[in-house]
Amino acid sequence: MSNSEASHFLQIKGLGKWFGQFCALWDINLEVNSGERVVVCGPSGSGKSTMIRCINLLETFEAGEILIDGEKLVNNPKKILAIRRKVGMVFQNFNLFPHITVLQNLMLGPIRNLNLSKSEAAETAMKYLEKVQIPEQAKKYPSQLSGGQQQRVAIARALCMNPEMMLFDEPTSALDPEMISGVLDIMVELAEGGMTMIVVTHEMGFAKQVADTMVFMDHGEIVEVAPPEQFFTNPQSDRSELFLSQILSH
Amino acid sequence: MPVNRPPPALEKAKRIKLLDIVVISIVAVVIIAIYYRVEHVLVYRWNWGLVFEYFVRIDEATGDILPNLFLKGVAMTLRLAFWGTIIAAVIGIVMGLCRVSNSLFLKAVSRLYVELIRNIPPVVFIFVFYFFISSQIIPLLGLDNIAYTASPNTIAVLEVLFGPIGLFTNFLAGLICLAVFEGAYITEIVRAGIQSIGKGQWEAARAGGLSRFFVLRDVILPQALKTILPPLASQFIILVKDSSIVSLISVQELTFLTQDVSNTTTQFFESWMLTAALYFMMCFPLAMLFQRFERTGLGIQKH
Repeated sequence: MSNSEASHFLQIKGLGKWFGQFCALWDINLEVNSGERVVVCGPSGSGKSTMIRCINLLETFEAGEILIDGEKLVNNPKKILAIRRKVGMVFQNFNLFPHITVLQNLMLGPIRNLNLSKSEAAETAMKYLEKVQIPEQAKKYPSQLSGGQQQRVAIARALCMNPEMMLFDEPTSALDPEMISGVLDIMVELAEGGMTMIVVTHEMGFAKQVADTMVFMDHGEIVEVAPPEQFFTNPQSDRSELFLSQILSH
Repeated sequence: MPVNRPPPALEKAKRIKLLDIVVISIVAVVIIAIYYRVEHVLVYRWNWGLVFEYFVRIDEATGDILPNLFLKGVAMTLRLAFWGTIIAAVIGIVMGLCRVSNSLFLKAVSRLYVELIRNIPPVVFIFVFYFFISSQIIPLLGLDNIAYTASPNTIAVLEVLFGPIGLFTNFLAGLICLAVFEGAYITEIVRAGIQSIGKGQWEAARAGGLSRFFVLRDVILPQALKTILPPLASQFIILVKDSSIVSLISVQELTFLTQDVSNTTTQFFESWMLTAALYFMMCFPLAMLFQRFERTGLGIQKH
């Protein structure tokens, strides 16, 4: 038991979170190994985003604990910066910084947190822009890019910190349909490269393709954790079955 | 090739409409009525020449041309405006950052500052604050000694920057009152600017590994500046005008000295109309300048 625990990159134990009187997360337990790809799905308002936002402390939580690399998350500015170096995040609305160029967006974190020089940071930035296949956009401002390109920049921005794990919070939900596949391709490539990933998404095709583990959440609880073959063909709970029938009916 | 379809021709709007003519007529009638009241009912004796003498005077002993009360007043008002703007901006930025800080203490202090000043009439504030700082704080600085110890050159420079050395403590008291007063409004402008930046920007910057200091410096403040600039500019113009309230504590700026002129000459209309024109001449170019900044955006990228 202790042996297997040591290999978990992320452990969430009894996590509970309240917004005022509203219980957003209740008794969340989840373990993610290094290199594991976890896809989280569930109806809106089920706490998926809140859960992954707790992992890099964008949200505080009232109960339970989270361990990353065996180290417990505490609300201490220095420790938080160290956690955010290890855990990258991609948002639904990209949240690029509109006042600086794409290249500068990518350089900011490495310069400020990893203490890279400007030229080192620029070099890293270009490397990841090439990885997401838009190096020619480096000198543009985010508003000059399409949604799909912006999200790819956001992925590259997170990768520039050289994270050990990536969190994706509905990365394709704000995209026009024709932009989605480009972003998913990048994510598949990332997954095949061995990145530890937790992806909140409704893209079930992507889930089938890359997920090692499916997590289904409803009403702030984890209802089901299963490998994708089992989850999609033989869901164990009524709620996941209902959700799947709704989402896959078209 | 896409076909270029010309837009439908729109009827040209008339330059002057009936309503404009009506409004212009009403204004004209009011002006004529005022003129009539002053000339034929009040029987006011205009004497612009007498008032204009208060711009410059000729030293009888040496024959030099020296600035008289109006010019001295303008100079003093400009000094108040210049230093007041700088100090108020510093106070406003520091307090504005306190308003959005995580520390309950800093939040409480800055909130108290803003609410106290916004909810007390400026005149009352000036009197209360003046008697406190002039009797308690300024003597501690030992500024009076400067006049006795500094070299003549130093004094000449200081006089250009801060006005007559004999009135220095008085100027400083007025300046601090003005800066503290205007700083409260700038605090709120800065706070609103910072809070106008979406939550997503904070989150992306924090998730990207930036400490709070760099989140503010690299991401939030540069964007907030665009929102802050227009109200900040108009606040600076208000500051120039508000500098007239320190005449109440005998700072010898334009309004204070105009009282002298109008009392001495008894030409009230002329003195005050002239002063109104002088204030306008100080504020209007500023307004033009800031409007220009707003258009060019100070080189800040639009998004």
